[in-house]
Amino acid sequence: MKSIVYLIIGVFFGIIMYKSEAASWFRIYEMFEFGAFHMYGIIGSALVLGAIGILLIKKFNIKAIGGQRMSLNPKDKGITRYLVGGILFGLGWALAGACPGPMYVLAGAGYLPILVVIGGALLGTFVYGLLKSKLPH
Amino acid sequence: MQPWAWYVSGPLIALTMFVLLFVGKQFGMSSNLRTMCTIGGAGKVSNFFRFDWKSQRWNLIVVAGAVIGGFISNQYLSNNQVEVNPKVAEKLETYGINSANEAYMPKELFGMEQLSNPKVLAILVIGGFLVGFGARYAGGCTSGHAISGLSNLQLPSLIAVIGFFIGGLVMIHFIFPILF
Repeated sequence: MKSIVYLIIGVFFGIIMYKSEAASWFRIYEMFEFGAFHMYGIIGSALVLGAIGILLIKKFNIKAIGGQRMSLNPKDKGITRYLVGGILFGLGWALAGACPGPMYVLAGAGYLPILVVIGGALLGTFVYGLLKSKLPH
Repeated sequence: MQPWAWYVSGPLIALTMFVLLFVGKQFGMSSNLRTMCTIGGAGKVSNFFRFDWKSQRWNLIVVAGAVIGGFISNQYLSNNQVEVNPKVAEKLETYGINSANEAYMPKELFGMEQLSNPKVLAILVIGGFLVGFGARYAGGCTSGHAISGLSNLQLPSLIAVIGFFIGGLVMIHFIFPILF
């Protein structure tokens, strides 16, 4: 039963990504060229509303379904991993023009060369797993 | 069929995050790549992939939904043309990318016939590699850091998002002119 809920959330998310054009290579390129407000508006409004909502959740101690706590885990402290990992991610995001959500949306939309990008992303994840203990975090 | 404006799309993304929070989960797409590596047997070579992947089954179902959502949008909800700033389109033409305003993805990179072009293939593989490696190193991607993490006022997420933009700007402004 719960699987259906996740599937619907996924379909909903996929349609938002596609219809907002956040899944388009052109929009990512345009964002890094500062050519339009569109992508900044999407990310900015999502996180402003997100921040207000999470403040309210914390203030009123709102629980998730079934009384379980909300999954709002603080991130581990550090700088190197976030900065270096972030820069590497950004280089790839701009080059492939797709991040890990839109990749799947584009596969469904029939842009099959995105499967090469997904293959590359799986390889990158795998190599990170191999090197993790040797990298500064 | 017009694209959805930012003030429609952004709030809907926030809604996606809240729905997931209410069912006890945290919005983040890149962790699925790790889960897929684990399912593929990567636990044999690294501890990083040794975890009970079934705990992440819900997120794989979200991925399946996203694939379906992409199909539905492409087939029924969009004319699959993205209009960009004319100046941006002009600049792309100098790079040999002429499909702005007439396609959703550049034909010069995502056309099926381009798969036999070694340069394009390298761009797709390396781009994907950096996304996968960088997301795991940074502990999240656009959804996990820029949306979930920043909404939760996490300093590490701010550092990661600054990194995303440094990387993206360097790629577009310094590496693209060499590459194309």
